[in-house]
Amino acid sequence: MARACFILLLLLTVIAPGNSLAADKTKEPVEMHWSFNGIWGSFDKQSIQRGYQVYKEICASCHSLKRIAYRNLADLAFAEEEIKAIAAGNSVKDGPNEDGEMFERHGRPSDKFVSPFANDKAARAANNGALPPDLSLIVKAREGGADYIYSILTGYDIVPTDVKMAEGMNYNLYFPGRQIAMANPLSDGAVTYIDGTEASVQQMAHDVVSFLQWAAEPEMEKRKRMGIKVMLFLLIFTGLFIAAKRRVWSRLDEEDKQQ
Amino acid sequence: MNDSSEKSAPKKSGGIIKWIDERLPIFTFMKHQGEFRAPRNLSYMWSLGSIAGIALVIQIVTGIFLAMHYTPHASMAFDSVERIMRDVPYGWLLRYTHAVGASMFFAAIYIHILRGLYYGSYKSPREILWFIGVIIFLTMMATAFMGYVLPWGQMSFWGATVITNLFSAIPVWGENIVQWLWGGFSVENPTLNRFFSLHYLLPFIICGLVFLHLWALHTHGSNNPTGIEPKTKKDTIPLHPYYTIKDFVGFGFFFILMFYFVFFNPNYLGHPDNYIPANPMLTPEHIVPEWYFLPFYAMLRAIPSKLGGVLVMFSSIFVLFVLPWLDTHRTKSGSYRPIFKWFFWLFVANGLLLGWLGGKPAEGAFVIMARFATAYYFLYFIAVLPWLSRKEVATKTPKSISDSLEKVKIDG
Repeated sequence: MARACFILLLLLTVIAPGNSLAADKTKEPVEMHWSFNGIWGSFDKQSIQRGYQVYKEICASCHSLKRIAYRNLADLAFAEEEIKAIAAGNSVKDGPNEDGEMFERHGRPSDKFVSPFANDKAARAANNGALPPDLSLIVKAREGGADYIYSILTGYDIVPTDVKMAEGMNYNLYFPGRQIAMANPLSDGAVTYIDGTEASVQQMAHDVVSFLQWAAEPEMEKRKRMGIKVMLFLLIFTGLFIAAKRRVWSRLDEEDKQQ
Repeated sequence: MNDSSEKSAPKKSGGIIKWIDERLPIFTFMKHQGEFRAPRNLSYMWSLGSIAGIALVIQIVTGIFLAMHYTPHASMAFDSVERIMRDVPYGWLLRYTHAVGASMFFAAIYIHILRGLYYGSYKSPREILWFIGVIIFLTMMATAFMGYVLPWGQMSFWGATVITNLFSAIPVWGENIVQWLWGGFSVENPTLNRFFSLHYLLPFIICGLVFLHLWALHTHGSNNPTGIEPKTKKDTIPLHPYYTIKDFVGFGFFFILMFYFVFFNPNYLGHPDNYIPANPMLTPEHIVPEWYFLPFYAMLRAIPSKLGGVLVMFSSIFVLFVLPWLDTHRTKSGSYRPIFKWFFWLFVANGLLLGWLGGKPAEGAFVIMARFATAYYFLYFIAVLPWLSRKEVATKTPKSISDSLEKVKIDG
């Protein structure tokens, strides 16, 4: 009994923490089937490329992505020339030069994504006092992750008659308190996808969340592939250890028989 | 130099080994370790010690490499951690192994402690072994707490604020002590700097404590599931190869669990808010510590007074120091104590309940439940165990360890 209880205890100690976080009164995020879920998960590069387009054309007007460099787009199967062109399309402040002056130059692949505002204060001033968060880690920084971000993007609704909204706020079923400063950013056809995919709100939300998932965990594919190998290695070696242990311990039984 | 006494120097040793061993008997020492005998009936519960040992090694090795890339400055710490995750080759593997490793270290230690509680490993002649263990546990808690502050995320910052503020409950000097701990008037850069320094130092102090723990262990040998001390040579077997190979099986299972989290679910045991950079102007809705501190956090918040909560929380560990005098029952192992067993498993369930409550907001029914659970936690030590020590009739224990094994074979 003791042994069984200890094993159960071990399992409980590692499973329990997931339930330890307090639930909110807001709606639970929709559960989506993401290509990156699970131990075999991988990135859907087409979707992420489209998601990049959504980010660039819609989100980037308010939200920075300051931990990602243009060179990182190589992960998404962008060619080197494309990346150079994307980077060059941005103006980067650099300097000081030999005359001691700061200057603007075209972006290079090694530059981080240029932020839409010079600083947080400028961002607040332009957004009715609210600060649009940097999106580099947004998927990891929110309870519910990708499901939650998707739910927010598709969760705008008409304000119920009995709800009094604060000034400049928008009604969103999935946001804590249901009042969010960000106006509904997506509407059908808001972008024209280069690959011809129909740009419905759900499609754009799906694509941009895939992009943000990649931005938050660019190592994910590599990590999971390596994990499979490590698990196989550990399973084989643990099996060998068990066999070796039995072999070694069988000597004791033989000794006992001889006596 | 070959004419010196043969004593206990290792056999088949060449000239150099012998030359060294005469001057520093390190090989003789190693040989003695290899010949060290342990009870032959140790279950896998006795693997947790070596598992905790390897967990400590993993933390130190990954930690040293992380420190090469980390910047302990309030304005750069968060960015440097993200740089480790994104730009340092295999930096994500180092950091996730270190973060998950801390959780796994605590999981191993908790089971190790509960094993000691169940089998009476704190009883004579192993009291000092037990005390050193409790000191290791305390040092681990301090190390883990300071380590969690280093990424300088929201939970890092607010966790540090809440925990350091506890010291303000100390009468008269409280405020001064807290400012001394902070190195300022709030948690800020000096706090981060000293936490980094101490987070790097303490693991090596733990190593020293582990050495003492092992020294004490090797003085009287391991306890065992029967709680009966070995009597004849038949009761023991050499540590090597029997328990070295058994420990490797334990390592295998431990690594499978640990690396499952590292590779497939690395942030499951963490909190999303710690991926938001620290912001002294914005308090998170619920400040929660890492899962391994939740039972103590629940006890802290169960008490309405701040000083009372702090005292209760620290007492929950310090009570372990007097445990050998609270449980004086002659039978060491819980296996032969029919009533003790019930209270023990209730204690375990109560601990899990406390952990769950620690993650809930401190309001309404949660606080009431936490008070009952806290009460049982202490009653178990200060009332149940002393009472059982006097009243409980143990079942018949086997005559010796080898006797207990014979029985198993006949039954099987």
